[in-house]
Amino acid sequence: MSETKRPAFAVVGKNERKVDGVGLVTGHPKFVDDLSLPETLHVRILGSPHAHARIVGVDVSEAEALDGVACVLTHENTPATRHTTAGQGFPEPSPYDARMFDTTVRFVGDRVAAVAAETAEVAEAALKRIRVTYEELQPVLSIDEARADGAPVVHDEEDSTGIYDASKNIVADVDIDVGDVAAGFEESDVVVETTCETRYAQHTPIETHIVLAYLDSDERLVLRTSTQVPFHVRRIVAFTLGIPMHRIRVIKPRIGGGFGTKQEVLLEDIAGLVTLRTGRPALVHLSRAEEFIAARTRHPMRVRVKLGAMQDGRLHAIEMEALSNTGAYGAHGLTVLANTGSKTLPLYNKAANAHFYGQALYTNMPVPGAYRGYGATQGYFPLETAMDELAERLAIDPIGLRRKNHIRVGETSPIFAKLGEGREGVSQTVKSCELARCIDVGAERIGWAEKRGAKRVDGPWVHGVGMSIMMQGSGIPEIDMAAATVKMNEDGSFNLLIGATDLGTGSDTILGQMAAEVLGVPLAKIVVTSSDTDVTPFDVGAYASSTTYVSGTAVVRAAECVREQILAVAGPLLDAEPDDLRLEGSAVVGPDGQSVGLDRVCHRAMYESEQFQIAATASFVPTESPPPFIANFAEVAVDTETGRVKVLHYVVAADCGVAIHPKLAEGQLEGSIVNGIGYALTEEMLFSSKGRVRNPSLFDYKIPGALDVPKLDVILVDSYEPTGPMGAKSIGEIGINGPIPTLANAIYDAVGVRLRETPFTPERVLRAMRRS
Amino acid sequence: MRVSLTINGATRDVEAGAGDTLLEVLRREGVMGVKKGCGTGDCGACAVLLNGRAVNSCLVLIAKCAGAEILTVEGLARDGELHPLQTAFLEEGAVQCGYCTPGMMMSAIDLLTRNPDPTEEEIRTAISGNLCRCTGYEKQVLAIRKAAERMRGEGDE
Repeated sequence: MSETKRPAFAVVGKNERKVDGVGLVTGHPKFVDDLSLPETLHVRILGSPHAHARIVGVDVSEAEALDGVACVLTHENTPATRHTTAGQGFPEPSPYDARMFDTTVRFVGDRVAAVAAETAEVAEAALKRIRVTYEELQPVLSIDEARADGAPVVHDEEDSTGIYDASKNIVADVDIDVGDVAAGFEESDVVVETTCETRYAQHTPIETHIVLAYLDSDERLVLRTSTQVPFHVRRIVAFTLGIPMHRIRVIKPRIGGGFGTKQEVLLEDIAGLVTLRTGRPALVHLSRAEEFIAARTRHPMRVRVKLGAMQDGRLHAIEMEALSNTGAYGAHGLTVLANTGSKTLPLYNKAANAHFYGQALYTNMPVPGAYRGYGATQGYFPLETAMDELAERLAIDPIGLRRKNHIRVGETSPIFAKLGEGREGVSQTVKSCELARCIDVGAERIGWAEKRGAKRVDGPWVHGVGMSIMMQGSGIPEIDMAAATVKMNEDGSFNLLIGATDLGTGSDTILGQMAAEVLGVPLAKIVVTSSDTDVTPFDVGAYASSTTYVSGTAVVRAAECVREQILAVAGPLLDAEPDDLRLEGSAVVGPDGQSVGLDRVCHRAMYESEQFQIAATASFVPTESPPPFIANFAEVAVDTETGRVKVLHYVVAADCGVAIHPKLAEGQLEGSIVNGIGYALTEEMLFSSKGRVRNPSLFDYKIPGALDVPKLDVILVDSYEPTGPMGAKSIGEIGINGPIPTLANAIYDAVGVRLRETPFTPERVLRAMRRS
Repeated sequence: MRVSLTINGATRDVEAGAGDTLLEVLRREGVMGVKKGCGTGDCGACAVLLNGRAVNSCLVLIAKCAGAEILTVEGLARDGELHPLQTAFLEEGAVQCGYCTPGMMMSAIDLLTRNPDPTEEEIRTAISGNLCRCTGYEKQVLAIRKAAERMRGEGDE
């Protein structure tokens, strides 16, 4: 149990109204597409019809001749700079293997050309007039084909860099050892081994990727874009287009969800170049079908887990081997792969011997990238399945086995230091962990003791319960940096300027709450401005579960600096030493209860004496990544005649440290769990034998609707992370890891079959039942 | 072609192509609360009330809208006062990114005008065509129920 040092908060921990909420419920024009500029050109992109081909020739003359066409871009008239589309910190741990437009196309839908025209219809018509001559090449359409001897080489070009072994289609290779895993298995009383496969799945933000580019009055390029990483967009676009970074401004307005797919620079280069070439605003917007085909997906993986344990249930050896399909380009290939091990194996730190091995492989398929969970989702499926199998072999309750082995406060795992963000990690000791309580609370809520193994039968339906536990991280230690600026106004309000990126998560609100807490004002007195590279200080952006912890700490630090300045100004006004003063109720309060309003303090600093702007900027780079924890429980009913799985009840109990805004934290869990249930039961991108996506629509790719959601209980367990801002850790990603193993284990409890491949469609469940 | 229709109480004559959808026309007219998520009627982000009933405006041709009354999210608040549904969405934390919110609220308005005291199942059915990827629908269901109570005069306010 963590030592709870939670102070009394005035604003933190309260369900404040979202700072952007009123505009969102009234339909105020806040999104990229809600700003219409005169003379805007509409851009459409031509995608490759082939999974793998050489472009022998492109004839755009007929397209250019079409009335209303302003500009046609192909590999012949665009920069050839190799770069990565992955919006990661510099230098990006992803290969530079992409060009704006290449002479080789590597998946069905890969960019061939773009047309900017007066209307989208004209642009569309012009695309049809582009004559492309292809020389088709043998495509690589699976992990196994990529690894085969003599496999076609997906990236045979000379100028790509950062690829582990391009000749063998290996983007990345990770291999770490703790102790001696082979000896560990020899010494173990019981060994189990399981291999699971996860398939292509998509983020499907309801707003697809979109960017509006225009020139401001000083002819600087402005990119108003739906992104999670505005500062990385600025850097990568400047590099790709070969223009000075100071000539670019990136603005992220409200955006319609991201989940990782917008941690990618997909369209900004095209929009920017069209605007630079024509001087006119340019709008690039993916259709829903294009979003499915040519945006990003989750990395499909085949992961094998082997566990060795002693008779008493103590884990002695863990091995995980992951093969990841990173599609046509290697964006996030290495880091997602590394996270498959680094975010899972430390959970079971009692095993003295561990081995993680993984490869990320190129194929001629759509491009995976960052997706909520970031590899951990793929790793927890076999890990938590194997834990269930081990419990059965040892005749120990699955809960008891996990209790015996999970990490606790004051403990560490050598994996933290060995395996990091595509390189060595950072050693850390866990300082808050309420996982034991999460398990207790969740087990009680689902009725574990009565239901486990009871196999209640109701006609063809058989009921079962399953559980799983997991951890994630809070930011990338010693890499991620966030900064915040707090500036005081003479009415006692403050501007909070943050590079942090609110995708709908509510980060503007919770970061505002943290500032308000430090400054002793209501949230209404904090004016939050975020994600504008001209105005706000740097922040890596919204990924790696970093915003609450990393950006939050920067905000707290900046607000604390401002508090010191305020107290110094107020000292003479209250005839007291600054150290004896505190901020409370929008005033500075002295030891004898005397007080002066913040407006008065700022007036003095601005107009009266020793004048200066009360303001501060602070930065934060974490030295650790405190894991949040969850325990998942589910009750399912399986139709033994059709194989259909119904989720009746899902319980998730979470330790995210102090929830800065409980309803928003619950919302993160609810959303990620429901997304995970979709991934477990229905969501799968289907492919033709030639690599074409067969179901690129929200009709054919089924994400959960309001009727598909089971009874869902989300419980935030009291916790306090001593290194976190106001005691907080992350909550954004972890939930999505839960449903796959939890439902798989519940299905096993019901009907005695192990599902090892997602999604658990009726067909797969029935086939598994027939086999057993 | 010219089409006359009433948008949030104001009658407008709009110039449109025969193949234009109601969604395209509304956005061209500056009614930006109507969102596009798919263009194929699968996501519900573009839902508006057409003569009192929720429709996906991406599937409705403008030619069918002559003389129609259209209500969008912009028409919910009156004289700067939020509609009870808008207030409930804010209070319950039902808004994350907010992109699906306008469409979902319009589906809820359709439900509440026909059925002021809906069950949870009826609420879920009413918004089943409005996809949301940020939330798990829990808080929207709570918000719609709370709004229904207030609109019936039973709420806590």
